[in-house]
Amino acid sequence: MKLFKNKFSILAMILVISMIALAGCGSKPAGQTAQEPAKEEVKLSGEIKIDGSSTVFPITEAIAEEFRAVYPDVKIPVGVSGTGGGFKKFVAKETDINDASRPIKSQEAADAASAGVEYVELKVAFDGLSVLVNPSNTWVDYLTVDELKKIWAPDSTVKTWKDVRAEWPAEEIKLYAPGTDSGTFDYFTEEINGKSGAIRPDFIGSEDDNVLVQGIAGDKNALGFFGFAYYEENKDKLKVVKIDNGNGAIEPTFDTIKDGSYAPLSRPLFIYVNKASLEKPEVKEFVTFYLETAKDIVKEVGYVALPDEEYAAGLNKIK
Amino acid sequence: MEINTQTNMHTIKRKNNINSRKLKNKVFHGFLILATTMSIIVLALLLYQIFSTGFKYLSFDFLNNMPSRFPHKAGIKSALVGSIWVISLTALFSFPLGVGTAIYLEKYSNSKSWLNKLLQINIANLAGVPSIVYGMLGLAVFVRFFNFERSILSGALTLTLLILPVIIVAAQEAIKSVPDSLIQGSFALGVTKWQTITGVVLPYALPGILTGTILAISRAMGEAAPLIMVGAAGYIAFMPSGPMDSFTVLPIQIFNWTSRPQAEFQNIAAAGIIVLMALLLTANATAIILRNKYQNRTD
Repeated sequence: MKLFKNKFSILAMILVISMIALAGCGSKPAGQTAQEPAKEEVKLSGEIKIDGSSTVFPITEAIAEEFRAVYPDVKIPVGVSGTGGGFKKFVAKETDINDASRPIKSQEAADAASAGVEYVELKVAFDGLSVLVNPSNTWVDYLTVDELKKIWAPDSTVKTWKDVRAEWPAEEIKLYAPGTDSGTFDYFTEEINGKSGAIRPDFIGSEDDNVLVQGIAGDKNALGFFGFAYYEENKDKLKVVKIDNGNGAIEPTFDTIKDGSYAPLSRPLFIYVNKASLEKPEVKEFVTFYLETAKDIVKEVGYVALPDEEYAAGLNKIK
Repeated sequence: MEINTQTNMHTIKRKNNINSRKLKNKVFHGFLILATTMSIIVLALLLYQIFSTGFKYLSFDFLNNMPSRFPHKAGIKSALVGSIWVISLTALFSFPLGVGTAIYLEKYSNSKSWLNKLLQINIANLAGVPSIVYGMLGLAVFVRFFNFERSILSGALTLTLLILPVIIVAAQEAIKSVPDSLIQGSFALGVTKWQTITGVVLPYALPGILTGTILAISRAMGEAAPLIMVGAAGYIAFMPSGPMDSFTVLPIQIFNWTSRPQAEFQNIAAAGIIVLMALLLTANATAIILRNKYQNRTD
């Protein structure tokens, strides 16, 4: 009896002590930073809640990191629920900003309207979808949009490379694609097959693009697609396929994506800002900061910056 | 059938029989060794892989920096502190609730009643529910209904639900294993039921309860999916100052890094895994030391 009481109180004490220690840990940086903004002319604080696409996440994260250097008192948690999952939270007013790798769907817009959420849509960058093959694949140089559709359509009969073009070898094509929850998948199927989500069922899918990189790099007959940033980092392991949309075969590069000639597989990335949140000075400052610094930061994290006038147009929208 | 053959031509048959039984013995022995070495080899390979890529990225700066888009500047401080917060709160909630439920089910409720049976079946089933389902439950109940928002509290309560069934079942088994003679002896001394439970049953069952709790807490520490549902963030550059703050945990931070295109992030993800393992081992070691102390006292 006594024994147990002692043990139990020790256990309780350990927990209490650890909680106090943690609370101490937490409040210390707040105490330090409380003195710093005295030097700043504008003192901003509060919390800006952001969630949404994992594609846009690296951009928002980088900007939040830069923003923190200027306004250390503003807390900016950035989540990665996916574009769709993020919009659900955005509509429920749980977040101030939603990262989106596609425009808002009409159903989501209707939900927002009925929940009384008004928002501003801001373009922040371009992302090119790259189509990749294995480097030892010597025959594929470019693919037309029609050929891509022939390969990936839900009712596709293409089994071997020969089925795509008669002069190519009669070896079976192995298909790799991002998982069905990603905005990348939605975008590719919509642009190529005409309907979001419409695709043949027999491909190898992964939510992790690095798995696709490994898959294609290790399989001579592989064909797959994913975000341009992942190709940029793995150029030595993969061969990119030029895409011909009727105006000649174009290879995805920072320039061709930016000037729009690499079409239709380049897409804009967005942030959606709740208008009510935009009234708060810290959110307004953050969004302004976002659009002003995006140009340099977007490239650092592997995406393609918009032309300057697009950022200027965005800044006008939030004035 | 076997008796017939053995009695009819037992000399030859017996020899064959002994040989085949010995062979079976050897095969089974080999199989057991194989099973053990397989899991050890896999673990060793995993550890080797993680340590060889991640170890050189471990440093005080790594532990003390906030996450960053630059791999060499990125650190794990906010995720580490977030994990400790969430796990401490989860342990605080789940241990008393789980042990309390187990005591009620074993010592107070009528074990033959249909209500008790229904509860038992439900608890056993809940232990097998995928964690993402608990995440959805946590989002609906704690984040939205109770309006705790995307906070450490919501995350800890969700993980509590996730591991409660495991703790309850383990605690029940441990309580069942207390010899009846001890309990009867206690009653014979004129002690009340509650005093018997706290003075005899719990001290005797505590090692078993703690083992179950260790396993459950370890599971909770490695969970990412339910916490992403509840709204744990992928990027946090501030220290949580209370249970109502936004947070991230180590598994989410690690997952985030592994899915980056840049190869350097894979390396610091490995370093993050080492930190997670160290945290796990520390938590387990604490519980094991407590357990052993108890075992020695009661034996």
